[in-house]
Amino acid sequence: MLEPGNIPAALFGGALIGLAAALMLAFNGRILGVSGIAAGLIAAGSPASERLLRAAFLLGMLGGGWALGQVFPQALPGAISSNHLLLGVAGLMVGFGTRLGGGCTSGHGVCGMARLSPRSLIATAVFMLVGILTVFVIRHVMGGLA
Amino acid sequence: MKILSFFLLGALFAVGLGISGMTQPQKVLGFLDVFGAWDPALMFVMGGAVAVNFIGFRLTVGRPHPLLATRFDIPTRRDIDWQLVTGASLFGAGWGLAGFCPGPALVALASGSTDVLLFVGAMFIGFLLKDLLIKPASPAMPAGFAPGR
Repeated sequence: MLEPGNIPAALFGGALIGLAAALMLAFNGRILGVSGIAAGLIAAGSPASERLLRAAFLLGMLGGGWALGQVFPQALPGAISSNHLLLGVAGLMVGFGTRLGGGCTSGHGVCGMARLSPRSLIATAVFMLVGILTVFVIRHVMGGLA
Repeated sequence: MKILSFFLLGALFAVGLGISGMTQPQKVLGFLDVFGAWDPALMFVMGGAVAVNFIGFRLTVGRPHPLLATRFDIPTRRDIDWQLVTGASLFGAGWGLAGFCPGPALVALASGSTDVLLFVGAMFIGFLLKDLLIKPASPAMPAGFAPGR
């Protein structure tokens, strides 16, 4: 039975993610990288036609998220953390870091690894390791965050 | 057609992220907690996604052009520079703090949670800050940071 986040669902959901990335390349010739798509929406100098395509993709994501919440409400989080400073700092780091590194879990992870791109293989290894290290320090060295 | 394809692909991508479990930050943090009560399920997300895209990529490259565009726009850089490693490190640390990477955070906006909105707002400020502080993406990097050139 598909319960969001169990192993069959993870495999099936992952396949849908890979399908979306493969179709993006086949139809539009582009890499499906969310940080790049989202940043290009607001970057100075983005042409209007580009902004429109990126806005359409992000609206599709919101629509998909809404539909998902109708079927699997448990897949969408409610409150995440009472520590709003932490959430803000984390968001800044994710935004700044993905632009500096040229991609995130989708562009470097899903697309770059499928292309066997050396930059993406390195980037994916680095963000996975640093993510694991961060959780280790917070949970097992500092004893968790308030 | 092109705009519709972007919308539908965004929706398909979002549904995949949600079913896979990536939109639940606690689930993601459990996956990153390799040295604690490790939850390996999300490993299968990347496995499934890369496997399908690996095949899709090979079916597509070599075609003269994409179905709805005149040319392919695929990154060609192969050098490992300081920006790549520093950026990926910052991203990994933020991911480990909140349990959100950009795609799942945007999908989770649909929940209406103000926590998610805060994270996404900060993420967009981070996008802008990078453009403000570090101008060009590639050409002006200091020599010596780009092995293989």
